[in-house]
Amino acid sequence: MTSVSGFRPTRGFTGRPRRGRPDRLPPGQYDTGSDWPTLTAEVTPHLVPEKWTMTVDGLVETSTSWTWREIHALPGSTYFGDIHCVTTWSKLDTTFAGVSVDTLLAAAQPRSEAAYVLAHSTTGYTTNLPLDDVTGGRAWVVWEYDGRPLPIEHGGPVRLLVPHLYFWKSAKWVTRLEVMARDRPGFWEQNGYHDRGDPWLEQRYQGDP
Amino acid sequence: MSTSGLETGSPGAGSPGAGSPGAGIPETSWTTAVVAEVERIEDRLVRLRLDPEGWTPGLPGQHAIVRLRAEDGYTAQRSYSIASDPDDPLVELMVECLPGGEVSGFLHDEVRLGDVLELRGPIGGWFTWTGDVTAVAVGGGTGVVPLVAMQRYAARLGLGHRLHVVAVGRTLAELPYSHEFLEAGAFVATTRENLGSRVAAPPYPAELESLVADVERAYVCGSVGFASYATRLLGEVGVRTDLVRVEQFGATG
Repeated sequence: MTSVSGFRPTRGFTGRPRRGRPDRLPPGQYDTGSDWPTLTAEVTPHLVPEKWTMTVDGLVETSTSWTWREIHALPGSTYFGDIHCVTTWSKLDTTFAGVSVDTLLAAAQPRSEAAYVLAHSTTGYTTNLPLDDVTGGRAWVVWEYDGRPLPIEHGGPVRLLVPHLYFWKSAKWVTRLEVMARDRPGFWEQNGYHDRGDPWLEQRYQGDP
Repeated sequence: MSTSGLETGSPGAGSPGAGSPGAGIPETSWTTAVVAEVERIEDRLVRLRLDPEGWTPGLPGQHAIVRLRAEDGYTAQRSYSIASDPDDPLVELMVECLPGGEVSGFLHDEVRLGDVLELRGPIGGWFTWTGDVTAVAVGGGTGVVPLVAMQRYAARLGLGHRLHVVAVGRTLAELPYSHEFLEAGAFVATTRENLGSRVAAPPYPAELESLVADVERAYVCGSVGFASYATRLLGEVGVRTDLVRVEQFGATG
């Protein structure tokens, strides 16, 4: 039988048991359970919170920066839910705490022509996102996972969190959101990955819908 | 197995990436590939040579995605580094069978000649080497797979003097392509058996010094533990952190 995809089943492949909550998994993803695989492209940086700042600039009325202490003084916000990596693992029921990106943008005030952001990490890593994907309670800057400080290998002490998109969009060691009128591909996006990265549409690579 | 490094990566400061989309990294789509060769090595490795229906050659160091499809439409896909020279009409993968590995287990235990797999790629523009810079490439276990592609590419184009390969495995038998590395003059270190007069041990800084003297870039590929060890070692022998490109994988099946 040929499926809607046009591909036939692979001879002899049954796959792992469809246990759990398959309705919660985007297509092509599996539940990694308690594991949290670590994948990065470069040497893990040692980031000193006292020297770190978070900046929102670009097409905004007021370029604004926060120190570690200042960002912690903002109203806190928590995400509870699932995360999805393009390498096909999903992790269910995660809890992250930090500050909503809405709070940061409210201070900086994007101009009317603003439509995209480029997230920058301390390491030079970048990833691009539509502004609509980081507003309306969809995105956070987080420093806590499961009630504890975010581990360095998972982007600690601070990372971006955009859980409704593939996890490479959730830039580790984030330090800056550059607000832009036009989209500009980030690091993985220049290297063959999708500009938006919706896991439910399987927007994994350039060329996907 | 080499899963491509992709949660959120982090190029060194000022890293340019690999150019704009469409420039060096063409869009890819799913195709099918016929299994043209299967070689099972030791208990845990399987070398596959796949004949894809339509494939645009890429760069050494890239990876391919294998997707398996069950009768009910369920799919599972994993990314594996490509071992073959981009010039090779077949796509060669060396897959390590992981405990409970849904895809790797199938490839190791079930696949046979003539089977058809879904394949996509080549993908990735970061962990690639074109010979434009002199580089050291350090791989551990199946992390050596992208390095063998680089080495084959270098041999074909006469660029061997620009690529210094360090291949690390427990034993020669368990290290993929160990004999090919030795024949090409790569530095091979075994950690659980002696190799000639060299007592079993991970590479020492002194063994790397001559290999990194003139490098403009370093590649590290292996498990999380190996990648951490190798990047520290490179730092000890003076390779700047921002020159190091890492591809590390965990047990993702």
